[in-house]
Amino acid sequence: MDVKLTINNTPITATPGQTILEVARQNGITIPTLCYHKDLSPVGSCRLCVVEVEKWRGQSAACTTPISEGMVVHTESPAIIQSRRLVLELLLQNYYDAGYAMGDRPQDNEFIHWVEHYRVTAPRQAQPRFAVNSDPNPVVWVDFNKCILCTRCVRACAEVQGRFVWGVAERGHQAQIVAGAGVPMLEARCESCGACVAYCPTGALDNRMSVGLGAADRKVLTTCTYCGVGCQLDLNVKDDVPGGRVFRVTSNPNAPVNGMHLCVKGRYGYDFIHHPDRVLRPRVRRYLLQGLPRPEHDRGEWVEVDWDTALGIAAEKLRQTREQHGPDSIGVLTSAKCLNEENYLMNKFARQVIGTNSIDHCARL
Amino acid sequence: MSNSMDDVANHAQALLIIGSNTTEQHPVFGSMLRQAVLRRGAKLVVADPRRIDITEFATLHLRHQPGTDVALINGLMHIIVQNGWEDKQFIAERTEGFEDFQQVIQEYDPERVSEITGVPVDDLVKAAEILSLNKPMAVMWAMGITQHIVGVRNVMDLANLQMLLGNMGVLGGGVNPLRGQNNVQGACDMGGLPNVYPGYQAVTSAEARQKFEAAWGVPLSDQIGLTVTEMIPAAGEGKVKALYILGEDPVMSDPDTNHIRHCLETCEFIVLQELFPSETSVYADVLLPGVSFAEKSGSFTNTERRVQIVRQAIQPLGEARPDWQITAELARRILQAGPRQAQDAPYASWDYTSTAEIMQEIAALTPIYAGVSHARLEAGERLQWPVKDGRHPGTPILHVGQFSRGKGRFMPIEHVPPAELPDDEYPMLLSTGRVLYHWHGGQMTRRAQGLLAIYSESLIELNPEDAQRLGLNGNRRVRVTSRRGSIVAQAWITDRVPPGMVYANFHFPESPANELTLAALDPVAKIPEYKVCAVKVESAT
Ligand code: SF4
Ligand code: SF4
Ligand code: FES
Repeated sequence: MDVKLTINNTPITATPGQTILEVARQNGITIPTLCYHKDLSPVGSCRLCVVEVEKWRGQSAACTTPISEGMVVHTESPAIIQSRRLVLELLLQNYYDAGYAMGDRPQDNEFIHWVEHYRVTAPRQAQPRFAVNSDPNPVVWVDFNKCILCTRCVRACAEVQGRFVWGVAERGHQAQIVAGAGVPMLEARCESCGACVAYCPTGALDNRMSVGLGAADRKVLTTCTYCGVGCQLDLNVKDDVPGGRVFRVTSNPNAPVNGMHLCVKGRYGYDFIHHPDRVLRPRVRRYLLQGLPRPEHDRGEWVEVDWDTALGIAAEKLRQTREQHGPDSIGVLTSAKCLNEENYLMNKFARQVIGTNSIDHCARL
Repeated sequence: MSNSMDDVANHAQALLIIGSNTTEQHPVFGSMLRQAVLRRGAKLVVADPRRIDITEFATLHLRHQPGTDVALINGLMHIIVQNGWEDKQFIAERTEGFEDFQQVIQEYDPERVSEITGVPVDDLVKAAEILSLNKPMAVMWAMGITQHIVGVRNVMDLANLQMLLGNMGVLGGGVNPLRGQNNVQGACDMGGLPNVYPGYQAVTSAEARQKFEAAWGVPLSDQIGLTVTEMIPAAGEGKVKALYILGEDPVMSDPDTNHIRHCLETCEFIVLQELFPSETSVYADVLLPGVSFAEKSGSFTNTERRVQIVRQAIQPLGEARPDWQITAELARRILQAGPRQAQDAPYASWDYTSTAEIMQEIAALTPIYAGVSHARLEAGERLQWPVKDGRHPGTPILHVGQFSRGKGRFMPIEHVPPAELPDDEYPMLLSTGRVLYHWHGGQMTRRAQGLLAIYSESLIELNPEDAQRLGLNGNRRVRVTSRRGSIVAQAWITDRVPPGMVYANFHFPESPANELTLAALDPVAKIPEYKVCAVKVESAT
C-alpha cells in the first residue's frame, strides 16, 4: 500500500516505512543534513534536517521521522529556517579553523556549505579547544577544533570498517570524540582505512598526506591497483605540473563493489606513482651497446638509451634466441598487476610471435 | 568466485573462511563480512592455524595444524553425513560419484581427524553443525588453501563440501576463492597461463588451436608450456635462454630465493618491463619503463569475475610508456625481422591504437568475454563474466541449475602431509604470507610513505612460549634458518601464532621470507608450498 503525503504543497506517493528525508530526496527536494548519511544508521542528533508537519507539535527531524498517510510537510518555512540557523550558529561558535587549506574543501565541506547557504555568521570568534593535528596517525589528520559531534566517524568505523576506534567521551559541553580510552588511534586498533575521514562532514578528520593542498583540478574514477576485491576510487589530480600529478585518493559513492569504503592501501598507497625511484628512460647494459659478449658474472653497468635502441636490442636478442634455440627457449612472465588488454597481448606475444606456450604469471605465488 | 561479494555478504547465513586472512588481504570484503556478522548475525567459522583478526568475529575458530586442511574438511563431511545433514536432493539430481567419495570420508572419524589436525572433537562437531544447519553457507579461501603441495586437492575438497550441502548455484553460497593481485583473475582469463588460450581454451585442443591459428595467422605450439615455478629453474639449467618479464619480481616472490638468483644469473638474456629497479632488475639486460595504473586505460577483472574500467588520470612519467604499447612494438619488430611471420589473418596485426581496440579482439576470440567492450563499461554497465554477447547482462552467480560440465563430480580425496615438516634440526614450522599494510614484494607499498610509516620493517610472528624457551628476553631480533637460507628480523611476540609456528612476510628485501621457503610444488597446479616448511629460530645477537 502506497502512502500519500504532501511536501511543500506537492502531492507525493511513497513507500511505507520510508522517512521524510528519503522521500524528499527521491523527489528532488533538498533537506540539509549533517549527522545523517545514507550508509550509516540514523541518530537524529544534529537537528539540521528539521521540518514542519502540519498539526504536529514542534519540529521533526526528517532523517528519523517515518512518513504517514495524509502528512503535510513543509521543509523551508521561516520558522524552520530560523531553527536551522540557530543549529548552525551554535556549531559555528565552537568551529575553530586554524587557517590551513583543507583537503577537499570548501566544495566538500558539508558543514561550511550549509553555513554559507543559510548565511550564518559566528557571533564571536571561535577559540581553539584542542591541538591542531592532535593524533600521530601517519595517514589520518585529526583536528577536533572542527568537530561538530555528528558522530559519523564513530558510526563509520563501527558500521563500515567494523573496528570501533572512535567513541564519545563526557557529556554536554564537555563531550568530545576520542579514540579508545583517549589514546592515539593506532593504539585503539585503528587500521588506517580512512572511512572515518571519508564520512566526516567538516574536515575535522582529513587525509594527512594532502592536508593543505586544497581541491583537486580533476577527479578520475578508476579501479584500485592492489588486491582482487576491485574497489573503485577517485584519483585526485592537480594539473600544476605537466601531465598532472596524483595527490590524493577519495571515495566515489558510485563504486560498484565498495561504495564509499576503501582500505589503507587503496586510499593511502598511491604515492609510489611519483616516487623518485621510477625508471623514466629505457636502460640497457653497456656490453650490449658495445656488441660484446655478456660479462661472466655481473652484467655490467646500465646505460640510459632511447626507446628505439632499447627496443631494437630487446627484439633482436629475443628473435635470435628463438632462431638459435627454438621457441621454447624463451619464457614469458606476464603480470597480474597489468591490464586485461596487456595480458592478452603478452599471451599473443608468447604464442604468435615467439611460438611458445611458456607464459605464466604470479597467480601461484 | 562462483558468487559475488555483496551476495555473500548479504545472503549467506553461515560463512566458512579457511586459509584466508580476509580482513588483511581483501580488506574491503573483510569488512563486509564483519558487517554480515555484526548486523545480520551470520554465523562465521574460521579455520586457520593463526589467530587472525577475523577470528574475533567468529562463532568458532578451528586452529588446525598447517597442511591438514583435507583431513579437516573430510572430518567435517564425515560428521555431516553421519548426522544426515547432507542435501540429499541436490546430491541425487546434480552430482555423481557420491558412493566412492563417501567411502573415503568414512575413514575420517572425528577422533582420527582430531589427532591429525589438533582440533578438539567437540569443535569439529560444532563446526559441522553450524555449517550445515545454517543455509546457505558460503566458503571463502585464498592462498592458505592453495599454497600447499596439496593445493588442488584442498580446493576440490571444498567443492565436495559445498556439493554435499547443496550450496552451489544459490545466492549466498558457492565456492569463493579470493584472488590476490588486483588482476590475477584477468591475467588467467587472458591466457597468461601455459596451458590455455584466453578464456581457458586448452592449447592441447586441436579445435582451439586451429581457431587461434586462423585468427593470428601462424602455426601454434600444441605443447603445454612451463609454469613460472618451472620456467625459472629451467633458466638455471640452461634450457630457457631468455625471459621477457612484465612487472614481476621473481627474486622476491618465488620460493627459495638463493636458487632463483642463481637461475636468473645463469639466464642469458632478460628483458624486464617495470616501474622501479627491483631485486630482479639486477639480473636484467634491458629495462623498459612501463607505467602505473594511473597512467593508462583499460580494464581489470576482480575476484568475482567483474570486468572494470581503468582510466588514465595522468600522462606517463618521463619517457615511460603504457605497457601494451611496449609489447606491441616489440612484437612488430620481431615479426618484421622474421623468419617467423604472420599470414594475413583477422587478428594477425599489432597495430593497436587503444586498449578498447584490443578488447574487441579479446571479445572476438574469448567466449566468456564475448559481450565485453569498453563502450559498455564506460556506459556504467556492471559485467561479470561469462558475458555471452553484446546484450547479455553477465553472470553474477555461476552453476545455477547446472555445472558447466553437467553433473558435479564428487572427488574422493585423501590427506597427505606437507613436504617438509619440523624435525630435530629444524624444529619449528614456518608459514609465509602478507600483512595489511604491504603488497607482495613491496615494490609499491614500500614506496608509499604512509604505509611505510605504519609498518616499516618485517616482523616475524612468534608465540610467547617459544620466545621464552629461546630466552629472547629484551632482545627481540631473531634469526630464522631453513635448509635453504637464513634471515634476521624483529620478532613480534604474539599468540596470533600457536607455539611451534612462526609467520613471516615477503615484503622487505632486508628479510625476505622466500630465502627460507621450499620449492615443493603441487603436482597439478605447480604452486609452491609457502604455508609449510621447517625452520629453526634463534636469538640474533
Ligand atoms: S581510519 Fe578506519 S579504522 Fe581507523 S578510526 Fe578511521 S574508520 Fe576506524
Ligand atoms: S582498496 Fe583495498 S580492498 Fe579495495 S581493491 Fe584496493 S587493496 Fe583491495
Ligand atoms: S541530519 Fe537529521 S538530525 Fe542530523
